[in-house]
Amino acid sequence: MALLRYESQVRPPLVDNDKNYHQVTEDIVRPIEANPSRLWWVGFLISLGLLGFGVFSIYREVTYGVGQWNLNKTIGWGWDITNFVWWVGIGHAGTLISAILLLFRQGWRTGVNRAAEAMTIFAVMCAGQFPIWHMGRVWMAFFVLPYANTRGPLWVNFNSPLLWDVFAISTYFTVSLLFWYSGLIPDLATVRDRAKLKWRKYMYGLLSFGWTGSTKHWQRHESLSLVLAGMSTPLVLSVHTVVSFDFATSVVPGWHTTIFPPYFVAGAIFSGFAMVQTLLLVSRKVLSLEEYITIEHIEVMNKVIVLTGSIVGVAYLTELFISWYGQNPNEGWAFAQNRLNIFSPYGWAYWLMMGCNVISPQIFWFRKLRRNLVVTFFMSVIVNIGMWFERFVIIVTSIYRDYLPSSWSTYYAPSIWEIGFYMGTFGLFFTCYFLFSKFFPVIAVAEIKHILKRSGENYKKGHANVEKESADHLYHEIHSDHH
Amino acid sequence: MAVKKFVVGCFDEEGPLFDAVKKVRKSGYKLHDVYTPFPIHGLDQAMGLRDTSIHTAGFLYALFGTTSMLSFMTWVFTVDWPFNVGGKPHFALPAWIPITFEFTVLCSCVGMVITFMYLCQLAPFVKKHHFHLRSTDDLFVMVIECTPKTNESEVSSFLTSIGAKEVNTQMAETGWWLGRYDREQKLFEGQSETVSA
Repeated sequence: MALLRYESQVRPPLVDNDKNYHQVTEDIVRPIEANPSRLWWVGFLISLGLLGFGVFSIYREVTYGVGQWNLNKTIGWGWDITNFVWWVGIGHAGTLISAILLLFRQGWRTGVNRAAEAMTIFAVMCAGQFPIWHMGRVWMAFFVLPYANTRGPLWVNFNSPLLWDVFAISTYFTVSLLFWYSGLIPDLATVRDRAKLKWRKYMYGLLSFGWTGSTKHWQRHESLSLVLAGMSTPLVLSVHTVVSFDFATSVVPGWHTTIFPPYFVAGAIFSGFAMVQTLLLVSRKVLSLEEYITIEHIEVMNKVIVLTGSIVGVAYLTELFISWYGQNPNEGWAFAQNRLNIFSPYGWAYWLMMGCNVISPQIFWFRKLRRNLVVTFFMSVIVNIGMWFERFVIIVTSIYRDYLPSSWSTYYAPSIWEIGFYMGTFGLFFTCYFLFSKFFPVIAVAEIKHILKRSGENYKKGHANVEKESADHLYHEIHSDHH
Repeated sequence: MAVKKFVVGCFDEEGPLFDAVKKVRKSGYKLHDVYTPFPIHGLDQAMGLRDTSIHTAGFLYALFGTTSMLSFMTWVFTVDWPFNVGGKPHFALPAWIPITFEFTVLCSCVGMVITFMYLCQLAPFVKKHHFHLRSTDDLFVMVIECTPKTNESEVSSFLTSIGAKEVNTQMAETGWWLGRYDREQKLFEGQSETVSA
């Protein structure tokens, strides 16, 4: 424990102002106990409205068939799969923050992980809608599961990347949900034990599973979190790798590239962090959590955005180089004519993607802009538009001019029900997020308390400056501590 | 499951806990548990708890996931329904790696969470005795079990001397029961009522 007295002065505090354990509880649980603001109701009702539009669009699609969408002979995958990949990608930042940063012992994750994990779960829920409803005969969706059936049994094709996707996405959803909820249990118990209202005590008593905070339980909880983080880390990398296999294992020019897995994973984290920024910039303001989600948190995430955005940029350029270097005429055409050529039918989409994903995030090399909330919010929306267009470009520009030039004239634009379906997933996502921010602690209360004495502003002042101590002194300190 | 008598000491800092635990163990009192609002690293060792083996369980579940999925796919595609996919081998090991991996992770995580919930006795509708409501907020609650030999007032003054801000004695059920948190229901009270009726 002696080393707790030392702290690097290089690191900024993660919790601002003078806080003690009880105030942390008060600040984070307050929005749950208060009535929702008018702004919350407006947002919630808009989300519900969008969700209703989505449900109606799906009703049209199920009743009249996939023909309600403007998919055509060469573009069998359009907005639906674009939106699927986009939503899955957004989910990745939550797992990165909660799992990979836990393994890397990054203290700043505690301020943002709970909301980011919730975002992951809601985003994966939205993503899952697209392949399911795209099946057309959605009542047969269970055919993707390998169960002993009366048709042979006729098994699913385990060699197909589309089936790998079924396993990857469903595992990802389940594991994220378990990880998120196991972390929530102690915080729900905190809400339960403070509750004055009968229904609140009952609900949170139910949800917190009888958590007591016993030392043995905490020990197991820590071990569980660590192993779940260890499992989620390769899992999250595998999920977008498998999503990229949907394209990369085909022989369509523009898809058939080995760079896809790392390129997709980087893009996923890039778009996910942008969505985390969008949500948290609003949440911290509305729920007055500025002392916990500080400007430091925002800045660190902007650093991740400029890093992953640049990785994505390198991937775009590598793709272009390989399409030229590989000297495959079909692949060369897909890149040079269907994408790079700004006067081609979808050239505008390619350059919009380049502008949003590669060029504009470079402003985050400047510290002032990284710490500017308005710029950050604006950029987070820009990045998500850019990443949507990345998926659209990959999918549509690779297939709208196939090997049969007679079918080239068809220009694909979505129908109102395709747009409605997409808007509906926004409705689902934000409805879930609004409910989450009302009924669950948006910040991990126990985890903030855990880092408070190390990284809280008022405690940091009391720590000795580790940079001023000699290695020899610290060495003796550790050893005297252990014996 | 049994109703026992406990002396409860509440601390408002985690710092003195380590010393307190050491002193309790040295003086031979029976330390029931320490309830804290967040995990305190090293307290489990100080209390003499052994390390958890939940990660070993996770490994075993993972092993089950790998072997079961791999053997299932092998059986399906080589024995039950050999399927010609573009002339590729029936035993297509590289193509099965993604699914095997995902299923391994799924089994390990689901299994570990279930094991965790079983070991900690966590489930909806499960109710337990809470020694202090603020032990999930900002109090660190040390609970000492009274044995027939224990002198309560001695333990109380001992707890005060090692830094407890609040000390009291409670009768409590050590196990769990089915119940609701909005009602004051205690298993042992219910039982005594049935006996008297």
